[in-house]
Amino acid sequence: MTVTSSGPSSPATQTVDGITISVDGVAVTVPKGTLVIRAAEQLGVAVPRFCDHPLLEPVAACRMCLVEIEGQPKPQPACAVTAAEGMKVKTQVTSDVARNAQQGVMEFLLINHPLDCPICDKGGECPLQNQAMANGRGESRFDGVKRTFPKPINVSAQILLDRERCVSCARCTRFAEQIAGDAFISLQERGAQQQVNISSDQPFDSYFSGNTIQICPVGALTSAKYRFRARPFDLISTPTVCEHCASGCGLRTDVRRSTVLRRQAWDVPEVNEEWNCDKGRFAFGYQVEGRLEHPLVRDDEGNLVTASWPEAISIAADGLRTAGAGSAVLTGGRLTLEDSYAYAKFARAVLGTDDIDFRARPASAEETAFLTALVAGRPVGPTYSDVESAPVVVLAGLDAEDESPIVFLRLRKGARARGVRVFSVAPFASAGVTKVQGRVLTAVPGGEATVLDSLADEGSAQGDAAEAARLLREPGALVLVGERLAQSPGALSAAARLAAATGARLAWVPRRAGERGALDAGALTGLLPGGRPLGSDDARAQAAEVWGVDVSALPVEPGRDLESVVSALHADAAAVAAADDPSAVDRAVRALVVAGVEAADLADPAGFLAALEAAPFVVSLEQRHSDVTQRADVVLPVAAVAERFGTFVDWEGRAREFSQVFPGAHSLSDARVLSMIATQLGSTAFKPDVATQREELAAFGSWDGERAEAPSVAAAEPVAVSDGEAVLATWRQLLDLGLLQEGDPFLGATARSAVARLSPSTARSLGVADGAEVTVSTDVGSLTLPLVVTAMPDGVVWLPANSDGSTPRATLGAGHGDVVRISGGAA
Amino acid sequence: MPLTPILTAHWDEPDSHTIEGYRRHGGYDMVPVTLGVHPDDVIAYVKESGLRGRGGAGFPTGMKWGFVPQNTGRPNYLVVNADESEPGACKDIPLMLANPHALVEGCIHAAYAIRAHYAFIYVRGEVPHAIRRVAAAVREAQAAGFLGTDILGSGYDLTIVVHSGAGAYICGEETALLDSLEGRRGQPRLKPPFPAVAGLYGGPTVINNVETIANLPTIVRNGPEWFKQFGTEKSPGFKLFAVSGHVERPGIYEAPLGTTMRELLEYAGGVRAGHELKFWVPGGSSVPMLMPEHLDVPLTYEDMAGAGTMLGTGSPMVFDETTSVVRAISRWMHFYKHESCGKCTPCREGTFWLEQMLERFEHGTAEEADIETVDEICKQIAGRSFCALGDAAATPYAPALKYFREEFLAGTHTAASELFDPVASTVFAGAAAR
Repeated sequence: MTVTSSGPSSPATQTVDGITISVDGVAVTVPKGTLVIRAAEQLGVAVPRFCDHPLLEPVAACRMCLVEIEGQPKPQPACAVTAAEGMKVKTQVTSDVARNAQQGVMEFLLINHPLDCPICDKGGECPLQNQAMANGRGESRFDGVKRTFPKPINVSAQILLDRERCVSCARCTRFAEQIAGDAFISLQERGAQQQVNISSDQPFDSYFSGNTIQICPVGALTSAKYRFRARPFDLISTPTVCEHCASGCGLRTDVRRSTVLRRQAWDVPEVNEEWNCDKGRFAFGYQVEGRLEHPLVRDDEGNLVTASWPEAISIAADGLRTAGAGSAVLTGGRLTLEDSYAYAKFARAVLGTDDIDFRARPASAEETAFLTALVAGRPVGPTYSDVESAPVVVLAGLDAEDESPIVFLRLRKGARARGVRVFSVAPFASAGVTKVQGRVLTAVPGGEATVLDSLADEGSAQGDAAEAARLLREPGALVLVGERLAQSPGALSAAARLAAATGARLAWVPRRAGERGALDAGALTGLLPGGRPLGSDDARAQAAEVWGVDVSALPVEPGRDLESVVSALHADAAAVAAADDPSAVDRAVRALVVAGVEAADLADPAGFLAALEAAPFVVSLEQRHSDVTQRADVVLPVAAVAERFGTFVDWEGRAREFSQVFPGAHSLSDARVLSMIATQLGSTAFKPDVATQREELAAFGSWDGERAEAPSVAAAEPVAVSDGEAVLATWRQLLDLGLLQEGDPFLGATARSAVARLSPSTARSLGVADGAEVTVSTDVGSLTLPLVVTAMPDGVVWLPANSDGSTPRATLGAGHGDVVRISGGAA
Repeated sequence: MPLTPILTAHWDEPDSHTIEGYRRHGGYDMVPVTLGVHPDDVIAYVKESGLRGRGGAGFPTGMKWGFVPQNTGRPNYLVVNADESEPGACKDIPLMLANPHALVEGCIHAAYAIRAHYAFIYVRGEVPHAIRRVAAAVREAQAAGFLGTDILGSGYDLTIVVHSGAGAYICGEETALLDSLEGRRGQPRLKPPFPAVAGLYGGPTVINNVETIANLPTIVRNGPEWFKQFGTEKSPGFKLFAVSGHVERPGIYEAPLGTTMRELLEYAGGVRAGHELKFWVPGGSSVPMLMPEHLDVPLTYEDMAGAGTMLGTGSPMVFDETTSVVRAISRWMHFYKHESCGKCTPCREGTFWLEQMLERFEHGTAEEADIETVDEICKQIAGRSFCALGDAAATPYAPALKYFREEFLAGTHTAASELFDPVASTVFAGAAAR
């Protein structure tokens, strides 16, 4: 049963527009507009319910919550009646009428229910079961023929539907329509034949479909992943936080016999409310499949072989001692705050290098400057509730539905309930923009800066841009920028200029769960924890104090980012190849420490792998076998999220701490492994435990000193394309080939299939129609995909960035804003 | 009381459904008059007449119009409920066949009064002949300048849309009708907001029955006082009584409200020859049945309520002694189960269960305890369902049990078909005997 917070209402809500009613003779004061069922909850009276859900609009269909209201001739549904001053409500606690009505409804609900609780996933956590015991008769008088359906049916590859268990509460269909905006399931037929179903040509492929399972008050909706796997009472549940994106969803992870079987959305009103996305819910198989179980080291023949921990740590330490400040640290964007902090500290305090970058994706110096000036170590905010209540939200280079799904849900909630205006600076209106009633401020890839700059000048903006420019000047206006802007020169500078010019608040919404934490922890060149500039003597002194090292041991000059490290490795390799005595070459990068970096995510995957080959010494801290571990000299296995404590910092800057799901896990966190290496290297500064890391982070706090100016890179000149060419627009879909989705085929089957998008006139110029094949090529390779003709600028082609059949980075060597060739038909 | 053929006055003329036939008797003459006065005056006029809704609930029409807010920023709409589907009711469809222009003209008066520029006539989908007649009447009225823009130079615009339902009883429920009209699945809406505030497409909406609207031209022409000379103080006017069942001449009899069933039976030639009245139902299957002793109760909203039933649609069904009450109730229950929309639990599940229970009585396989169980199931539906359809389904059983308990007891051992030969209650029963 879903019961909202039963905490006492605050004095403020009682005095402002307070309505006092009595429930079972007890007075309760609630804010105006409160439903009777919610008012009863305030007193701890749980009126039974099925269709009612606090985040869905009332429907009063199940009639389970009938209560007696003085002056009303008939029992009334508590879920649909608004409390009115002086109303006298009697629930099942004090009213025979209410009790009888509820028992009658419960008897009805069970006549066509199969009562197959012993084999039902929901049995043991089932509102129908629980309320049948609490609010039903002991025995049913029905001895007739039940309605049955063939079972189960797949409403999607992931979601199964046992229609005979359904009580027609319409929670799932209302969720799909109201919350997700994906009305792919609906009630069909009538009477007892009424059933939830899909259209014959459109499965329930919503990014949020799994929520319907969780809010189903019976066992009608189940997942292919969890169906028949466990009984709820055999599960051990731990509150956790999702590792898949920067939305920061609270989760409940359910374990049986040391295996994670299920993840559900936790109720975190200020973050994800009661929802999460299907990736967060279903993608956890990767934590088991392909895991590294033991340290690996190179043997004399160059093969990776299993080693003991002391041996591997010793080899890693030796290699890094030799390299010293010539080491570089690449951490990827998926680490916890504590782990990122450990790398930041390890690089500076132990290795003495500032060559550190958390970004395993296309990035830029402009982005580094932007993040350093405006994001790193800043306090929480803007927040989800700011999104929900903003007069306008401008999304720049951010497709919220694909990149931060809970931001999308809040935008949709705000757009529906409060008329939040959404504008998207993008080449076309994606599904996620349409569903928030958003409008597109059309930007060719690379042209985002120009569009953002046009909004800064209210007088010159035209059409939708004029409205956006006007609204941006209202209090509470927001500009949300995504990781894609790092690939568009000048765009982040323009976003900063726009915020400064309009007074709108600016937020950076990265795609990965660990990026904001890594930034705050100082896992970026030039940055110490809490947003401290490395170049500041004060900042370095504070760091040296917290870390217990001599300030002279810390690097002073800003180091290199990932791209510069890779370039330096290539230069080193070239110098070595050209040198008579390779050992005499003074290498710029003598060792790499790599954590959670996937080559395919980078701007130049092949170049990165070649750099790894060229690096004299590579230490890889990884959960699973990867391109990096294959090329490492020492591989050290680390813990997956379920095996450790930690914190993800969501896009708001909110620290979301989570617990260890497996208390007895033997795997070690990155920080723990780093502390072992540090100890081997003779450092006494490192403590392996999460508590100490958190204390140190707290000791750092936020930097209150001077910060660098925001970057002021000018908008790039428009890219010229000739016939047969187009500018590539590309970003990732929520469900794609991402490594963390491996091992979850049912989830993968609900991913959006890859398509190419062209404008009508560009499609005509190629002589191709909707649905026909289009080939996108470069000198590196080509991709052929079905065309979806889309309202977008001419001379632009869109492809998903990492989907089955569409991997432009790897296949074409091209990214957002690059020029590619386009042609009709297959290559 | 004598018959008062007013709406039905010219139904015997071959062209009664055409605009020529309608205008021959003064049809549309009052349109310019209405369009020349303030809309509020039309509302006041109708209020004064005391006209009550003819769809079943009997709500005062003028009062309903008065609830419609003005200047909300959304258009006001008039919707005519022509989804006549109640078992036994057969008055709106003949009216639309024989005199569709009375409905069209009524729409003009009503729409003008509530400041609507669109009127929708939602006609039951199973009666394409009636839909064609109404659609033709709208075309004729349009051609004659009574519909369209700047009607008769008044500056008033009105478009009438004739919409065909798709065959669902629930769409006679006004909010389900609105959903259906909007292209959704017909299921009743949560109230509030009431249609008068937020109805069709969210606009203030008046929903009236066909017969209610068709009454308006006569009221506008003859005045409220004329109208009130018919009927009673609380039930003024005249009514189309559709008498069906075991009578010699089933049909529509237009008579003042307050006429008794005994009088209607006389007009209809009495119970068919050789048979006697067993029970009757005054207003469609959804109202409690009455017995021969109720024949002299005036057919008014208030007197029917006094007798524990309702005037409903004013479509009396007459049953003679050949009828098995058990079978009659069972048939109705089959109807309600078939037509339950499924939205709310009591109606969806209750009718499903009741149908099975009543079949047991019909087949002689019930147990005595089932009598009470069925009664309780009905009580678990009545007053707890989402809309009145559930209440309607639960209505017939209790009075049937009150008057004919022995037939239900017989259902514990003998099939209804053995006690009451089904053929005997058919129209062709006499022919078979002859």
